[in-house]
Amino acid sequence: MSTAVVDLRGVTKSFGPHRVLDGVDLELAEGTVTVILGPSGSGKSTLLRTINHLEKVDRGQVRVGGTLIGYRQVGDRLHELPERDILRQRSRIGFVFQQFNLFPHLTVLDNVIEAPLSAQGRKRSEVEPEARQLLERVGLGDKAAAYPRQLSGGQQQRVAIARALALHPDVILFDEPTSALDPELVGEVLAVIKELARDGATLVVVTHEVGFAREVADTVVFLDAGRVVEQGPPSQVIDHPVHERTRAFIDRVL
Amino acid sequence: MSTTSVARPVGDSPPVDGAGPAATPRAGEDPSSPHGIPAHDTGAGLTVVPRRNPWTWVGVVAVLILVAMFVNGLATNPGWDWPTFAQYFATETIIRALGTTIQLTVLGTIAGFALGVVLAAMRLSHNAFLRTVAWAYIWAFRSIPLIVQLLFWFNIAYLYQTISFGLPFGPSFGSVQTNDLFGALGAAVLGLALHQAAYAAEIIRGGILSVDEGQREAAAALGIPRHRQFFRIVLPQAMRSILPNAANEVISLFKGTSIVSVLAIPELFYQVQVIYGRNSRVVPLLLVATVWYIILTTLLTIGQYYVERHFAKGSARALPPTPVQKVRARWAGLALRARRETAEVAR
Repeated sequence: MSTAVVDLRGVTKSFGPHRVLDGVDLELAEGTVTVILGPSGSGKSTLLRTINHLEKVDRGQVRVGGTLIGYRQVGDRLHELPERDILRQRSRIGFVFQQFNLFPHLTVLDNVIEAPLSAQGRKRSEVEPEARQLLERVGLGDKAAAYPRQLSGGQQQRVAIARALALHPDVILFDEPTSALDPELVGEVLAVIKELARDGATLVVVTHEVGFAREVADTVVFLDAGRVVEQGPPSQVIDHPVHERTRAFIDRVL
Repeated sequence: MSTTSVARPVGDSPPVDGAGPAATPRAGEDPSSPHGIPAHDTGAGLTVVPRRNPWTWVGVVAVLILVAMFVNGLATNPGWDWPTFAQYFATETIIRALGTTIQLTVLGTIAGFALGVVLAAMRLSHNAFLRTVAWAYIWAFRSIPLIVQLLFWFNIAYLYQTISFGLPFGPSFGSVQTNDLFGALGAAVLGLALHQAAYAAEIIRGGILSVDEGQREAAAALGIPRHRQFFRIVLPQAMRSILPNAANEVISLFKGTSIVSVLAIPELFYQVQVIYGRNSRVVPLLLVATVWYIILTTLLTIGQYYVERHFAKGSARALPPTPVQKVRARWAGLALRARRETAEVAR
């Protein structure tokens, strides 16, 4: 048993004949920021989505906070859990989507408090002030009553981050959080993520922002064709990559 | 106009005179007018005139003439028999029959759409058994003519005199007379609701499919329970595309209730038939029914506008004002101007 918050062992996943993840092992310690880099189609997003069981794995196991995600072990077999239990496990894992996926028919505040109320069964009187604080923290204290479509992309993504934080998650997963944003809005979202990192949250970020990775990441994982090619601190993986494929990728994006 | 010319990359177009280096002012010319056009004529001060469409006015005149002819006919042709219309329009029999029609519509709508939501959810379920059951239901109830179904429920006692409750092929714990279970009105509501459910299910399913998959995924990632994902996140968004079709269904059910006159239920259409069977004044009595159908359809249409507006929340940056708000705003503007004018006159 390790003390890792997120612990992946031999995670393998295929879509039809195409093997997207091929025996990925990953251990992420508490309070660390992990950035996953890799060419498109390398399985980055799929890997992230296996952590909260949005994608089922074909082989291997995923543990978050020591708990096996999505399955129950009986002998040497894994039985998939009922959906109710999986949903409960997910409410401990924050997820931020590339396309924000805010609920457009609910106000910003209702977006943030929905899951704490319905997934965690907490009281509105306790959740609402906390949600307002979170919105304050991402710089949107005055937008609680607005609807998502009245906000810019950067503001929407910050609401999505507040929505994830409201669950008090063990880890927050970011799936290309700035890829759908206009260039001038990328900075405000990255700033919020950096601040979370400073506050000691455990984060996993799939991104193309190499500059962000170098500045914030404790560990950079380079993924190619569903395998971890190289991992280590940014000073190693980004600035002095060992593998040819990593070097080629870094040269291309920098 | 072909769209291909629009799609062509800008770089492909031949250089327009004046673009690029040619735009540099030639010697001796005013730099503000590159083509020798006087500065005040560069377009900044030109007035925009909207496109004229004279044919609209031809159409308006033609339609107005036709409407005038029709209205004139309504007023002058004695065949419409307005005195008889007035005599029956608001009699107690007709009002009570109207009540039955509304009752059938309301019950049929509520039961039909409630079952429709369940069927739609079943059709979209991961479970193949639920999917198949819902598919078969919809197939069956869309295939059987409503009138056959109504007559079937009305005459079910002919097939099954008693209904007993017990184990299949085993002992029975008790039984009731089928005729005691529901009367003609019950048969009508049952038939309308079961029929309506099949159509409602497909409308609701279409609405749910129109909601972005990311919404359900985000709800799942947040751990929101399944039923809550459906009723709180997906269905309210689906309502936007469900509503126009659902309103169609409710209105057609409202008028379609006239079909239950085959069960001798005293709804509006049946009652009108009974009366003109007695006094042979077919046209004015049909008019009585028609005018009531028009009035209630109008009310439903107004209701539809406001319900659609409710579910449009968050879909636009700001909702447009309602007709009432528009009238009020205009009236407030007029009142303000009037007040200002009287103030000026007083001065």
